[in-house]
Amino acid sequence: MLLRRKLLIMGVLLLLFALLFLLWGLNADNWDYNLPRRIRKLAAIFMTGGCIGFSAVIFQTITNNRILTPSVMGLDSLYMFVQTIVVFIFGSRQLAAVTAVSDFMISVGIMVGFSLLLFQIVFAGEGRKLLAVILTGMILGGLFESLSTFMQVIIDPNEFLIIQDRMFASFNNVNTSLLNVSAIISVLVFAYGYRQTGQLDVLSLGGDISVNLGIPYNRAVKKYMFLIAVLISVSTALVGPITFLGLLTANLSRQLMKTYKHSYLLSSAILISAIALTFGQFIVERILKFDTTISVIINFIGGIYFIWLLLKEGKL
Amino acid sequence: MKKTALFLLLGILAAGSFSLFIGVKDISPLDLLHAADEEKVQVFLISRIPRLISILCVGMSMSVAGVIMQQIAGNKFISPSTGSTTDWAKLGILTAILFFPGASTGMKIVISCLFAFGGTLLFMRLLKMIQLKDTVLIPLVGIMFGNVINSLTTYIAYKYDLIQNISSWLQGSFTMVLKGRYELLYMGIPLLFTAAVYANKFTIVSMGRDFSKNLGIKYNLTVNLGLIIVSVITSVVIVTIGSIPFIGLIIPNIVSLYRGDNLRGNILEMSLAGGLFLLLCDIISRLIIYPFEIPISVTAGIIGSVVFLYLLFGRRKHHASA
Amino acid sequence: MIQGEHITKSYQDVKVLKDVNVIIPEGKITSLIGSNGAGKSTLLSIISRLIKGEGKVSIDGISTAAYQPEELARKLATLRQIINIQVRLTVKELVSFGRYPYSKSKLNNQDKEIVGSAIRYMELEHQSGHFIDQLSGGERQRAFIAMIIAQDTDYILLDEPLNNLDMKHSVQIMKLLRSLVDNHGKTVVLVIHDINFASCYSDYMIVLKNGELLKAGGTEDIIIPELLHEAYDMEFDIREIAGNKICLYYK
Repeated sequence: MLLRRKLLIMGVLLLLFALLFLLWGLNADNWDYNLPRRIRKLAAIFMTGGCIGFSAVIFQTITNNRILTPSVMGLDSLYMFVQTIVVFIFGSRQLAAVTAVSDFMISVGIMVGFSLLLFQIVFAGEGRKLLAVILTGMILGGLFESLSTFMQVIIDPNEFLIIQDRMFASFNNVNTSLLNVSAIISVLVFAYGYRQTGQLDVLSLGGDISVNLGIPYNRAVKKYMFLIAVLISVSTALVGPITFLGLLTANLSRQLMKTYKHSYLLSSAILISAIALTFGQFIVERILKFDTTISVIINFIGGIYFIWLLLKEGKL
Repeated sequence: MKKTALFLLLGILAAGSFSLFIGVKDISPLDLLHAADEEKVQVFLISRIPRLISILCVGMSMSVAGVIMQQIAGNKFISPSTGSTTDWAKLGILTAILFFPGASTGMKIVISCLFAFGGTLLFMRLLKMIQLKDTVLIPLVGIMFGNVINSLTTYIAYKYDLIQNISSWLQGSFTMVLKGRYELLYMGIPLLFTAAVYANKFTIVSMGRDFSKNLGIKYNLTVNLGLIIVSVITSVVIVTIGSIPFIGLIIPNIVSLYRGDNLRGNILEMSLAGGLFLLLCDIISRLIIYPFEIPISVTAGIIGSVVFLYLLFGRRKHHASA
Repeated sequence: MIQGEHITKSYQDVKVLKDVNVIIPEGKITSLIGSNGAGKSTLLSIISRLIKGEGKVSIDGISTAAYQPEELARKLATLRQIINIQVRLTVKELVSFGRYPYSKSKLNNQDKEIVGSAIRYMELEHQSGHFIDQLSGGERQRAFIAMIIAQDTDYILLDEPLNNLDMKHSVQIMKLLRSLVDNHGKTVVLVIHDINFASCYSDYMIVLKNGELLKAGGTEDIIIPELLHEAYDMEFDIREIAGNKICLYYK
């Protein structure tokens, strides 16, 4: 009951921020122009926030680790790498010819494939070396970054501009058709995730106990990694990387809800993510007048929170 | 033991002389002997030789900086780039640019060095305060901690429109090394000697505070000295060349696979191997898209990450059988 | 009955188990004993499918590979060393997880009853609302065993359940295990280091040495100086005190 009330408060808060975001500075003259744009932006914010919060909670559950977030796996760098390769091989004209949606699906597909491959390689051996998977992901992320830089150095400067445009994707240039596709994908993943909350509760007790309680552990972990890869790929391809948001929201969600039950943890993480992004975007857009980007602010606050958390927990 | 060192030295000599004669300007050893072409000799003296020397200095000092950090932290996966030192040094340079707009290079190095030292010390403290289930978590915490510092740097840089400046530190490159612009790197040489003198103490410190006290080593003093050496080397390299990933991480690991962890016995090989690695990376960078060249940080990053992954899994297998 | 056939396990080039064939009888306490590195824990973990190995394990005549994971979880429960779980759970919540193989997360009245009696069985009524991380080592151990009991399986496999426990709590746990076998018809398999606890409480013993089966048999056939000497490479003096065989090896 208490948990429901907490969720309700978060929901109301989100609604208030959303209204603030939509209506601030709106008048009869700019109404027609601004409102639809803001609604689209808000939809992108909700969806991205949802993807990041949801995936971060699951990621922390299956890794049994509260300082990790899926973005440490190097998926952001992979996204950039894929974009660079496309421009490098086909040239920018080719890229323009490919419709945005199919490009998006290809990127998401490659990122999901990469995560699964990474997992397959490291899990092929004995034992549960999840940490090794993550470290490998981080290092490969660095490798992709190096490779992208290398290609960008030798690419035609005009074509480079196109890549750069995608590097700093933000909520301001969200493609409507992409938004629809991502919304469908993420809603499907959410729906599936909510049916599995009981299994996630068990998984949070660790590998041994999960196996003992009859969960096919390796298969389950792979399944969730797949879901996480889908969500992260969707949100990164849509608006670009926001590294620390997942860390921030998954932990805040655990702290505020004080429960192990994923039915509540997932919902609150989605709400907190959306609140943070809505509020952050509002500050950046209206108060700071785009003086900085939202990911910089989120990373900064998330980072400080991370250190505080490390010190408070005293263990990993 | 002497054999390995000799072998590495020969490798450096061979690769070094090869590297002197590649470049856009076609120079052959004969040209130098005849001294017929004044311009060619000039290019040789002003650009090629400084480049070679600076590469060797950076390679040698970075790998020693890496091993010192590993000994102090008692963890194989720590290095200036995975232990947040590099990120702190960058924040230091940014601070220097912001608060002392006309600061000389020396001033920038001093400030970035202070940041690197303080920050790394803070990171080491942080490590002491948390219990870790798995040693792999240590570099993970290091990288995350570095990310936090980086986001602060980006935040400030964004605010004061200095993003372009930071990007140039991210890319290590030796293309701009000319006579008169690299000599600061010589600072690494006395530091290497200091490290060699203290090598034994660093090895003892790696076995922990209690162990060191038992043997009468001043633990804090030795740790601080080590961190000072690491910070100075890191800052100097970042200010003059830019950051070069992985070298401080993989060279010590490879050398210790063959020669063990007694720093006094292998510091010579450690530094020579670092120099040779970077020299080879540089040659590859210059040849692969000749007549253009790739930034060396990219080459080192690609080769380094592959080697690192090999080490990570090779090492784990080794443990499992023990 | 649990049967293990040709169980082999190697890490890289090192074989930790070499073609081990064992039979674990029903309705008894069986102890796996042997010196460090003999392969006891590995064998237990393979039987309880926590790690994979070569060979075949069957329970009641059916290969474990043929069981559905959940079906197996209703047949066999296992616990390795107590890990520090990151999640903040109360004792009652933890024990309730034991019912997951039956009712997933929706406990019915019968489940709740079983959870309650498992908690009572482990004498944790007073702590049932406490968080796991606030418990003492012995209480935490008992909480995890209570979860295993709530799982209500025919077979219970425990890896060093007495680790970190003082004498009083060790005796308490062993008595409870004894009663699970005698009064509830369970089969308990233990990896245990203390040879005298093994001798006093088990019916059947499996002795491993260097990854190979040395001998399996009733306690009275195992606790003999010659065999223990071979298993541990040290001298044993065995005395019978109050009907129990006690091994003296301290001097």
